[in-house]
This record gives sequence, structure tokens and C-alpha cells, in this order.
Amino acid sequence: MATVFIPSLMQELTDGQSQLDVLGSTVREIINQLDESHPGVKDRLMDGFKLKGNITVAVDGEVSPVGVLAKVQENSEVHFLPALGGG
Amino acid sequence: MTTTYEPNKVLSNKEYKVVGTRPIRPDGADKVTGRAQYGADLQLTGLLYAKTLRSPHAHANIKSIDFTKALALEGVKAAVSAKDFPETKDTANYGLGDSPMNYFRGNILADKKVLYKGQAIAAVAATSVHIAEAALSLIDVEYEVLDAILTAPQGMAKDSPILHDDLFTKEFEKQTNVNSNIAEHFQHKMGDIDKGFNEADIVVERTFDTSTVHQGYIEPHNVTALWNDDGRVHVWTSTQGAFTVRAAVAEALAITVSKVKVTPMEIGGGFGGKINVYEDPVAALLSKKSGHNPVKMVMSRAEVFEGTGPTPGSHMTVKIGAKNNGKIVAAQANLQMEAGAYPGSPVGAAAMCVFTAYDISNVTIDGYDVVVNKPKTAAYRAPGAPNAAFATEQIIDELAEKLKIDPLELRLQNAAKEGTRRADGPIHPRIGCVEVLEAMKEHDHYQSPLTPAKNGGKVGRGVGLGFWFNIGMQSACNISVNNDGTVNLVEGSTDIGGSRASIAMHAAEVLGISYDDVKPQVADTDSIGYTAITGGSRTTFATGWAAYEAANDVKSQLIDRAATIWGVDADSVEMKEGIIRSKTDTELNMTFKDLSAQLNDTGGPIVGRGAVDPSGPGGSFCGQICDVEVDPETGKTDVLRFTVVQDAGKAIHPSYVEGQMQGGSVQGIGWALNEEYYYSDDGRMNNPTFLDYRMPTSLDLPMIDTVIVEVANPGHPYGVRGVGEANIVSPQSAVANAIKSAVGTRMQKMPMNPAAIMEQLWSNE
Repeated sequence: MATVFIPSLMQELTDGQSQLDVLGSTVREIINQLDESHPGVKDRLMDGFKLKGNITVAVDGEVSPVGVLAKVQENSEVHFLPALGGG
Repeated sequence: MTTTYEPNKVLSNKEYKVVGTRPIRPDGADKVTGRAQYGADLQLTGLLYAKTLRSPHAHANIKSIDFTKALALEGVKAAVSAKDFPETKDTANYGLGDSPMNYFRGNILADKKVLYKGQAIAAVAATSVHIAEAALSLIDVEYEVLDAILTAPQGMAKDSPILHDDLFTKEFEKQTNVNSNIAEHFQHKMGDIDKGFNEADIVVERTFDTSTVHQGYIEPHNVTALWNDDGRVHVWTSTQGAFTVRAAVAEALAITVSKVKVTPMEIGGGFGGKINVYEDPVAALLSKKSGHNPVKMVMSRAEVFEGTGPTPGSHMTVKIGAKNNGKIVAAQANLQMEAGAYPGSPVGAAAMCVFTAYDISNVTIDGYDVVVNKPKTAAYRAPGAPNAAFATEQIIDELAEKLKIDPLELRLQNAAKEGTRRADGPIHPRIGCVEVLEAMKEHDHYQSPLTPAKNGGKVGRGVGLGFWFNIGMQSACNISVNNDGTVNLVEGSTDIGGSRASIAMHAAEVLGISYDDVKPQVADTDSIGYTAITGGSRTTFATGWAAYEAANDVKSQLIDRAATIWGVDADSVEMKEGIIRSKTDTELNMTFKDLSAQLNDTGGPIVGRGAVDPSGPGGSFCGQICDVEVDPETGKTDVLRFTVVQDAGKAIHPSYVEGQMQGGSVQGIGWALNEEYYYSDDGRMNNPTFLDYRMPTSLDLPMIDTVIVEVANPGHPYGVRGVGEANIVSPQSAVANAIKSAVGTRMQKMPMNPAAIMEQLWSNE
């Protein structure tokens, strides 16, 4: 199962847990799975079929250019982060 | 995922034919002879000229706008205000995240309320720029002036005036019901912060304030737009992202992107400030309203300062604890950043960079995005990170001083490495933090005695270390083979710092041809696939990669064509160093030029395509060593010697890498010593000219020495890491630490101009 790191200000939805092991082969499956066990997660992270515009997801340390479509491996780490720009 | 740490190695030892050389940039001749076409040079038949009416108040309700007298002036052809925007959806997205439409449009033309001095309210198009300017003075606007707030702490205060009645604080996307100037609060936590500080033998905590600073590009914003009778809009503009302009114009005007064509003109600097869109949709509206005439708008320097996005001022408290042996055990930051008039400061990036250079087990970081009555902030090289480093790198310096450890040794002892977990969660991939610090330590500058004073002042040395993530994003490139053995390379990244050259070099290396045989050009949005901004240090990384893919596509087709000509299987043919040859028959070979000449008779043209959206941009570390002389009587500070060391992964064109390192360092020095928006209490910028907004010139500075470190980025075919931003992160703290070394006072405000230094010295007496 992948290890999902829960942002500290979202841990109210996970009973204070900062990490959860979740089944899923894509970020979308991970979020859906999380939302079943911890309702409200999907609303916080997603807008329709995609991540909210100001959130990115990093899988195994790399920010995914394809958002919730990113593949997740059995022992992956998943982090939800503020979106970054640059000058 | 568990990552076992292995020491970084300098991987970029591979020799290339083209990559790593220093050819002349293809746009150089036109630029030095004045033939290059910038936006202000553009002339079209029937051209009208437009100017913008801007708010004289930092915060006011707009009661009414009356164009009657302005439109009666001879030569005036059209006038527009926010009322001319058509009805549309509630949210805008032009490739840089979602934004409420009223905020997005409000920063183009204010509706009902102005939120900063200089905000655009209306615009007039006329037959000459002078008539347009005269017409502005004939527009009657009735204001109800409101109290202004100018700093993040002011905006966060309980009794602060509220800028937006529809802005409610979010907490990592959780919408609260608190109407506030705090647009967003977020937090990163790792370990146990209380336990960490309890374990510390020494704790240093300080609060820092930095001022609003502009990117200071030499070319003002400009645009010419033609809204054709057939409904298509053509925009010629100075921008860091033609496709961003296309999307923004389409969003603002509620038309589809296929109706908008953007031609990027040459660009005289941007540094992040030419990503946001300001007058482009206004020029289009004026074009339509004037009867479909082309309309040109060129900002004055004052308009650039007051009407476009600077980088934010900030208020930051940073606390770090360490053991007596130098091991850092806890770090805490509270970062409050000014978003300007609408949400969107770079506090998120600041939070992700504030401790990223170090391996610390217990960390808490709180970030606040706060709206204030200043221009909406825009990106500026590594947005947010220089503010954060100004705080962190001074605390690290103070810890080193108190622990009596060499400041670079302390950084090396705590340096992040591959496998170090960042405070925001992810683990560092292969990075060059240690290599940069070691190169700094070994450098002649650091090994030499302090540079002697030139004017009898006190001298000191400081160091700083900075990090920037870099970004990937989408890029496209097409390469077509000419029958004289050259190739035309078409790409979509506007060229600010010599990227035509570095992108062309990717293709030349793959094809085994000379750099001079690749003819790069930047295309308009109708002529190339979607390409994201020239920003985030992504262009050489991502568009270079697209060129690499396009060249490999060409290479594959050339092999197929040669196999067809020779009547052999393509698997038996290879192409190396510009020669196509049979792997088995030495008689079968020809050069790239020979084959190119045969294309038309053997199957037609060959066109390669590359389209990428890569992850793994590979962050870059950069450090600076700075010697200063401070006059203790006046506070004037001179930089005597300055060295910058940066990890470039692989320097495709070392001269342009060095140029980025020098440019970022110089901008950082200006930010450190002089630059600021100097505000009156009612929110008026008192220094909106280059005479009074003092940026450093070559006469103010010594030669900036550069050292390129190459820890190859495994995420790129040639190991590239973007180099446009990390170099501006820590010059400010290196200067601050040098001032401390020289005169013994810790500078907690930026800029560290003579007045600030004297104030600090006097307060110490």
C-alpha cells in the first residue's frame, strides 16, 4: 500500500493521523479510497475530476505533471502540496 | 518509499560535442545592431495609441466613471472600463491556477473598488499617444477614499480594514467563514517541535521585515492588439508566456483560445514580472470598440512600478535550535507575506524553501497569504525564497558565531542530501547542496584574507546558501530538415536569457551537426504546440528536452530514409556524429548533409516533433561569498568581492549559466542594499523612477566570480537543472552576514541601506 502524508491542516479529517497506508494504483484511486474511510478528503483536494488549482501532488518526491492521473506504486509516498510557480 | 543515502557524485563528466560549449547566440547580431523587433517598435496601418487611467488612491470605492468629456476630444476613438467586459463564468484559469474572475479582471480594469495606487480603471485609444494622455485627464471619476493597509501584520490585525467582502480565509483549501485579509493559512509539520527545542543547547529567534521590490526589467510592458472584423484577436506583446497571454486574453474577453493569436516580440527582461497579463485584453477591447483598428499600449516606468506586480514585502519570525556540537535539532518559521491587492503571494514557495537546505528532524512552518493595498504581487526569480533565506541564513550565521563553528562547516554539518526528508514532506532526490558548500569552502575567495578596505571603512565577510525547486511543465518543438543540411527549429519559449542557443544545442548534439546548422526561432501560438511560461528555470530543462525529442524523431526518420535508399533493414542502420551508416556494410554511409539533399526525391520532407511535460526538474542549490566595506559614519556599504557557486546539473551553455548566476546575484545585492517601494502612509509609492528606485549598475559592483558545480540531474537526458532562480535566493543574506561581520550589528530589515544601518548602529550604542 502507498503511504499518504496528510497535510497538518487536513488532519482533522483523519483523526489526527499524519500518515495513512492506502490502496490504489493512481492518485485518483488513493483519494477515492481515502474519502471512503475519511469523508471530506476528496472535497478538500479535488474540484470535479482534477486537483484544485492551488494544490499539486508529489509521488515519490516528484511533483506530478498529470495530477490525479499519476501512477502510484505499492510502496510509494504521496504528498499533497501547495502549487508552485516560478519567475 | 525508503531511500538509502549514498553520497552525491559529480556525474557530468561525459564529454559532448556541442553541449558544454559557448557558441554565439543566434539573436545576438540583431540585438546589438538594434534590428531586433521589440513590441514598442511595431507599426501597423491605422494604428491607434492608448493610455490607461490609474487610481490616485490606494484604497477607494469607485462611485462613477464618466467618459463624456474624454470622448469629445478630437482624435479620441474609444474608451473602456470594466463595464466593457462581457458576462462570463466565475473562475478564471489561464494556466497558473484558479482565480476568481472578479479578482482576475479587477487587476486588469478595476470595477467598483480600487485596491492600490496605480490600479487601472479605464483606458482611452486615440490617434496619438499625446491625445490619449490628454483624454485621461478629461475622464471624471468619483471616489470614496478608504483607509489603506500596507503590510501583512497590518492586514492581519483584528481591527484592520477589510479589502474584499467576499474573501474568507482558507486553511489548506478548507473554506472558513472568517471574512479577513488573510486569504490562506497553511502549515507544514514534521517531528516534534517542542521536543526538538527542549533538546537544543542553544536557540536563536529573530523577526525580520523585508520591503516590496520590483524585478526592474529594462523594457516596459507593451502590447499591440487587433480585434479583426472576423472575430479573431491578434496580440503582439512582450511576455514570458505567449500561451499564457492567449489564455488570459480569452478568459478576460470570454472568447475561445482559438480566436486569439499571440505573437511574442523580443523581450527586454521579465524575471517573472512578465508572466501576468495587464493591458493585453484592454488593447483588444479598445481595438474592437474603435472599429477594429490596431491599438498599441506602452507603459511608462512609473506605470510599470505602480501598475504591475512586484515581489512581496514580508514579516517573518524564524527560530532555530542546535546542540553544542552544531547539530540543528529544531526549526520553526512564521511567514507572513503581502499578496498585494488580490490573493496569491509566494508564501507557499517560501515555506517550502525556508529550511530545505538543511536536514532537521523537528520543524513547524506556518504561512499566511495576506492581501494589502499594494499592486498584486507577481513572480520574481525564486518567488518567496529570498525573503525566507534572509531570515534563515542569518539565524544559521548567528548560531555558527555563538557555537564558534565556521559558518560553512555548520552548513555542511547540517546540509540536506539525497534522502533527506524536507519539512513539507517529500524526500530530496539527488541534489548538489554538499557539493556547492564544498566548492565554496575550497574557493580562493573563502581561503583568502578579507579584502582590504578601499575607503577606510570596516570590512566583513558573509556567506549564504539558497535553494529553488525549479519546475517542469509543457513544451513543444518542431524540427524540419532543409536540403542544405541545416535544420529549422521552431519552439514556443520566449527567449529572455539566450534559450534559443541552449535549446538549439540540444538538437545539434543529438543530430551530430554543428550548432550553426540549427536555426532556432520562437513561434506564435498558432504555429507551435502549447508551451508553458519561460519561468521557473524550466526553459532549457523542458523546451531543451522537447528539442532533444524532436531531434531524436528526426534521427529516427533519417535512419529509415537511409535504409529505404540502400534497400536494407532500418535496424541495420545507425546515425552517430552526423554520419548515417550501415552497421554491417562499411560501403554504406553518408553524411547528414548528403542525405538532406536527397530528401525531396526519396519520400519527401522530414519533420520531427517533440512534446514533453516532464517531472523531475531537479532543484538547484546556490551559495554566495561576499566581502563588504561599511562606512561606520554614514552606513554606506560597498561590495568589495563577490563569488557565486551554483549547481547547474549540466551547463549546456556555460556562458549563459554564468550570466544567470551573475544576474541573479546582482539583483540580490540591489535588493539587499537599496531597492524598495518607498511608501507614504496613504499608500503612494514615492520613488517610481529608476532615478529614485536605486538598482545597482556595473559601476557599483566588483566582477562577480562564478563557479559552476555539475551534479547531473538524473531526470534530464543531459542532466540539466534550471539555473535562473536559485542564484537570487541568498545574496541578501550573504550581504547581511557580511555587514554583521564588518560592524557587528544584525540587520533584521531589508533593504540594508545607509539609513537602516545607521539606525541599527545607533540603537546598539
